[in-house]
Amino acid sequence: MEELLDILKSLHADVDFEKEEHLIDNMILDSFDIVTLIAEINDVFDVTITAGNIKPENFNSAKALYALIQKLEDED
Amino acid sequence: MQNHVLKYLNEIVKKVPDKTAYSDGTVSLMFREVYAQSRSVGSFLYKKGIYKKPVVVFMQRAPREIAAFFGVITGGDFYVPVDEEMPAGRIQLILDNVKSPLVICDETTAEKAKAFDLKGGEIVLYDDMIGTGIEDEALERIYRSAVDTDPIYIVFTSGSTGVPKGVAACHRSVIDYIEQLSEVLAFDGNTVFGSQTPLYFDACLKELYPTLKFGATTYLIPRSCFSFPVALVEYLNRYQINTICWVVSALTMVSAFDTFQTVKPEYLRTVAFGSEVFPIKQFRRWREALPEATFTNLYGPTECTGMCCYYRVEREFADDEAIPIGRPFENREVLLLTADGRLAGEGEEGEICVRGTALTLGYYNDPVRTAEAFVQNPLNTAYPELIYRTGDIGRHNEKDELVFVSRKDFQIKHMGHRIELGEIEVNVDMLPEIRMSACIYDTKKGKIVLYFVGDISEKELTAALKTKLPRYMLPNRIFRIESMPLTANGKIDRVTLKRSYEAG
Repeated sequence: MEELLDILKSLHADVDFEKEEHLIDNMILDSFDIVTLIAEINDVFDVTITAGNIKPENFNSAKALYALIQKLEDED
Repeated sequence: MQNHVLKYLNEIVKKVPDKTAYSDGTVSLMFREVYAQSRSVGSFLYKKGIYKKPVVVFMQRAPREIAAFFGVITGGDFYVPVDEEMPAGRIQLILDNVKSPLVICDETTAEKAKAFDLKGGEIVLYDDMIGTGIEDEALERIYRSAVDTDPIYIVFTSGSTGVPKGVAACHRSVIDYIEQLSEVLAFDGNTVFGSQTPLYFDACLKELYPTLKFGATTYLIPRSCFSFPVALVEYLNRYQINTICWVVSALTMVSAFDTFQTVKPEYLRTVAFGSEVFPIKQFRRWREALPEATFTNLYGPTECTGMCCYYRVEREFADDEAIPIGRPFENREVLLLTADGRLAGEGEEGEICVRGTALTLGYYNDPVRTAEAFVQNPLNTAYPELIYRTGDIGRHNEKDELVFVSRKDFQIKHMGHRIELGEIEVNVDMLPEIRMSACIYDTKKGKIVLYFVGDISEKELTAALKTKLPRYMLPNRIFRIESMPLTANGKIDRVTLKRSYEAG
C-alpha cells in the first residue's frame, strides 16, 4: 500500500490519498494520470491492468486500486 | 463566393431542420434550434448595442455553448470561450485582455463568473438571451455588412512570458480551413463526429463547422470517458460515431490496454489525429482493429486556423519511424526557412513558415508579439505579404514528405498542447517562496519536470500552481534542489539538469 501511495503522491502531492474516496467522481485523476498510474503499477507490482479493469470504481480510491492490484497478483 | 461562416447554417437549416446537429448524449439541439437560438442571441446583442466586440462565452461544454458561439457571430461580434476547467488566474488574464462588455453564462458558471474582475462586463444567462424576439431586419443588415476578414473568435494559447496570447481568426480563414479539411477527410451528410477536444481551443473547428456545412451530427464526448477505454468505445458504438479527430494520447489510451480484445469501434471509418507523435506500435493496433478505416495525421498551429498539413497513412512504418506531417492543404504554402532567411535545400532543415489565407489576424490586443510571429515573407520584397513563423523545425524526407524535427525554442508538445516551458517557470517564479526554477521536458516519457530552489514543499507548490496553470501544464515531477546549476554566462544550465534527471 505504501508503494502505491508513493506513486499517487508523485502525481498529486496535494491530495490526501488515504482519505479521498472520489478520485474519479471529483475529477482529481484525469486520463493522463490513469495512464501514468497503470504504467507505474505495472513496473512496481509487476501486474498488468487491462481495459476491462479500467473502470471508475477501481480508481476512485487508493484502497480500491490496491484491492485490484492484490486481486491481479493472486491471479498470477 | 462564401464570405460568412454562418452561410453554412443559413442553408442547412432549410434542408435538414429536424436533424440533430449537436448532442452530448443527454441534451441535443436540432439545426432549427441552433438557428433559432443563435438568432435570438444575435438580436439580444443588437438590442444592447454590442457590435464588433469580443463577447466572452463562459459556459459548460454542451450543445447550447455552440449555439451561443454562432449567436455571437450573428450579432456581428466574435466569441471568446472560457471554461471552468481553466485555472482562475488564466481566466482573469483573458478577461483583462479582451475587456468584453458581456459574459454569457449558464446557471452553473454564472456564480463562478462573479468571482472575477469582469472589467465592466455584464453577466447574462444564455437561457434569458434565447427568449429575445428576433430582429430580422437588423440581423440581415449585420450579415450584409460583414466582410470575410472580420474576426469570429479568439482562442488563447500558451505564451512564454506567462501571459497567454489571444489568437483571433476571421471568417475567411475558417471557411478556407473547413473546405480543405472536409475534402481531405471526405466528410458528408452521414458523418457522425465524436468530439474529444474542449470548446475553448481551435481544435473543435474540425467538428463544429463541417457539421453545419453538411448537416452532419457532432457528439461532444464527456471528458470522463477518456479515462476509461471500454466505456469510450461503447460510447462510440452507441451513437454510431464514424469520424474522430483526436489527440494521439486519447487514441493510445484506448489501444495501449488491449481494449480492442474486449470491444471494437463498429462504425468508425475516418480517424484523424495530431498534435503529437503517434507511437507506431500503438498506431498498428488501431489499424489492425479498423482495417477499412482511413488514418490521417494532421499538423498545424492555432495561428494558421486549425490544421495546416495532412498525411494519409498508407504505407508501413518501422517502430522507430515518425509519421510525416505530409503536405499542406490546398491554398496554403509551407516555406522551410533557414536561419539566414533562405529556402532550405533538399533534405535541409528549416523553420516551418506558412503563407496564405489560413493565417489568422494575429494576437488580440498584442501588437508586439503579433509582429514577432507574423512577419513579412523574406523571399518577397516587392509588396506586403505576411507569413507565420511556427517555431517548428522541419525538413522534407526522400519521399518529399514534410517531417517534424524539433522546436526552435523552449516550447514543447505535451498531451496534444503546445506549451511554453517559460510560461510554467514564470508562474512558479511568481510565488514569493521561490528563488529560482527551471523546467525541462522528458520527451521519452512525456513528462514535464520542474526543479526549484526555495522555501516551499513540493506539496504546497503543486497546490499553488493548480490555481495558475491549466491541468495539462502542471509539472508531472517536481524536485526541490539546494542550488540551481548555472552556465558560465549565469544562465540556468538546462543541459546539466537534463543530464542529472536522466541519470536518475
